[in-house]
Amino acid sequence: MISIQNLHAEINGKAILKGIDLEVKAGEVHAIMGPNGSGKSTLASVLAGREDYDITKGSVTYLEKDLLEMSTEDRAREGIFLAFQYPVEIPGVSNVNFLKTAINEIREHKGMEALSAKDFLAMVREKSKLVELDAKLANRAVNHGFSGGEKKRNEIFQMAMLTPSLSILDETDSGLDIDALRVVANGVNKLKSENNAFIVVTHYQRLLDYIVPDFVHVLYNGKIVKSGTKELALELEEKGYDWIKAEQGESITA
Amino acid sequence: MSATAVLSTKDKFIACLEASGRVASHPAAKEASAALNTLEFPTSKTERWKYTRTNKIVKTDFTVQKSTQAIDLEPYEIEGLDADTLVFVNGYYRNDLSSFKPNDNVIVAPLSEALSSQASIVQQYMGRMANHNTEIFTAINTAYAVDGGFIYVKDNTIVERPIHLINLTDGNNVLAQPRHLIVAGKSSKVDFVATYGSIGNGANLHNVVTEVWVGENAHVHLDKLQYESEDAYHIATDQVYQESNSTFTINTITVNGALVRNNLNIVVDATNCTSNLYGLYMPTDKQHVDNHTFVDHKKPHCESNELYKGIINDAATGVFNGKVFVRQDAQKTNAFQSNANILMTDDATINSKPELEIYADDVKCSHGSTTGQFDEEAVFYLRARGIGEDSARKLLTYAFVVDVLDNIENEAIRRKVDQLLEQRFNWVL
Repeated sequence: MISIQNLHAEINGKAILKGIDLEVKAGEVHAIMGPNGSGKSTLASVLAGREDYDITKGSVTYLEKDLLEMSTEDRAREGIFLAFQYPVEIPGVSNVNFLKTAINEIREHKGMEALSAKDFLAMVREKSKLVELDAKLANRAVNHGFSGGEKKRNEIFQMAMLTPSLSILDETDSGLDIDALRVVANGVNKLKSENNAFIVVTHYQRLLDYIVPDFVHVLYNGKIVKSGTKELALELEEKGYDWIKAEQGESITA
Repeated sequence: MSATAVLSTKDKFIACLEASGRVASHPAAKEASAALNTLEFPTSKTERWKYTRTNKIVKTDFTVQKSTQAIDLEPYEIEGLDADTLVFVNGYYRNDLSSFKPNDNVIVAPLSEALSSQASIVQQYMGRMANHNTEIFTAINTAYAVDGGFIYVKDNTIVERPIHLINLTDGNNVLAQPRHLIVAGKSSKVDFVATYGSIGNGANLHNVVTEVWVGENAHVHLDKLQYESEDAYHIATDQVYQESNSTFTINTITVNGALVRNNLNIVVDATNCTSNLYGLYMPTDKQHVDNHTFVDHKKPHCESNELYKGIINDAATGVFNGKVFVRQDAQKTNAFQSNANILMTDDATINSKPELEIYADDVKCSHGSTTGQFDEEAVFYLRARGIGEDSARKLLTYAFVVDVLDNIENEAIRRKVDQLLEQRFNWVL
């Protein structure tokens, strides 16, 4: 689905990603873990098309297209979804209005007719149940005055509404209590299929108890330094990140 | 520049009016004429006009002329609004374009007619609110206006149909001076729309004065839609007087005009009143929009709510100067004032000056002003959901202004405002 090769990215002249290689196929869940400042969120942002970053080297192929050539909105229309670490509050724009606009722009991009109001509302009802999002929240302004948990649930609700091919969850577990975490994870698990893929960026292992990854990658200092299966996540939980850092230090001096 | 040169500007300005005839027979006109002997046009040193220069306006050779040509009113009408309509072109009443149903409880008439048919009411109210002794533009209007709307709502009358005052200019360098007088009797309720428009692109000046008397327990709602030409000048004074238990609401929506100055003065001279002042201005290019508001709380237990929002584009300028005055007697006043602006470019300017002057010690008052740039993080968020950059910006712009627009209660008028914004800024709503 997506193939990242030797990706380098910098912001204000400071290199953050220093050669990322990653291959994600349909039906797979990949977890990206790593200590703070390792470049996890940067990777998520770069894939979603945040323009603050300069891509200095490498390529990203998504569904046989050059992803880096596409605008943020075109990436979304082609099925990339970023669940934000810090969802933005937008007073004055209602959640439903916002989603209707998004869905219809995506449909227009695909040469499909606009969704009827009736079908849209039926979809809102169905999908808001999925993340146990109060129907009232759907009518409120986007994330405005939402609690931390409501904001994250709203991200997953949007994901459910937009049915992306590749979803990137950027620290979706941060700031969630255990109940909210379960709700969010259940939502993701219900949306998982053979045709879509997930990249789950997280600092802690606990989310991975609920969203079980097929692969776990450790990002450190802008590079993937270790890859494995879900057991690697458990090992990290137990030992922390210091041994990775130590190993890297050794390999540099060796 | 020498003093004589300034004087001659005023004399020249007034000379074009002398030739035109006027509403001469009311006492205020004589007072205003006398005041004009000493009043001068504001300069850069006049505090109330510090950010708005009138040089360009007062040095224009305006003419006062009647327009009799056929006019397509459609752009100024409001679809779905069943209203009584009074139309003024270049400040003159157009009987052929106006339409209103006679009603025993509401007197609707052109002022020129009301001067004789309703002489005692005109005498009682006209020029009793607006200050023609100190404000030169008000004085000019008071002395030289040829016509305007006269609306008198009798006590205990709920006016079902809104009253629409359509004010147009036609020609080039035309000076139009409508003079409106609205009197809402005890326990009455009435809604107004005042539309200001231009036929063609002339650099015309509307110098308009509207006096509103809100009687005891009366409710008056006024929606002002300003969408004149790109080159139009507009100086407006809305002077409101509120009696006890009354409510006055005004929404001032400024969509177009080269230089627009709105003076809104509300005198709250009785207890338990509510005053709501909302405004939206969106100047583009080198346009200049200035809202000067003044709420004078004289008596206790009153409330005022004020919210003005501006989106300043290109090299345009916005001015907000809002003053809330709470006198010593006005205990238990709740006064809230807020002004928020978005500067869309580096060349856009806003001068925002919220002022609170409080002499009572048991009040709840707040004021605030914010000015910012577009929230780029929100733009990214919307784009990341598949919404194009252009739509994202429009959606966010609309979101910023919606809490002002939501105060337009009539759905037909709200749709009209949405349409105006859509036409002018290519918004798809």
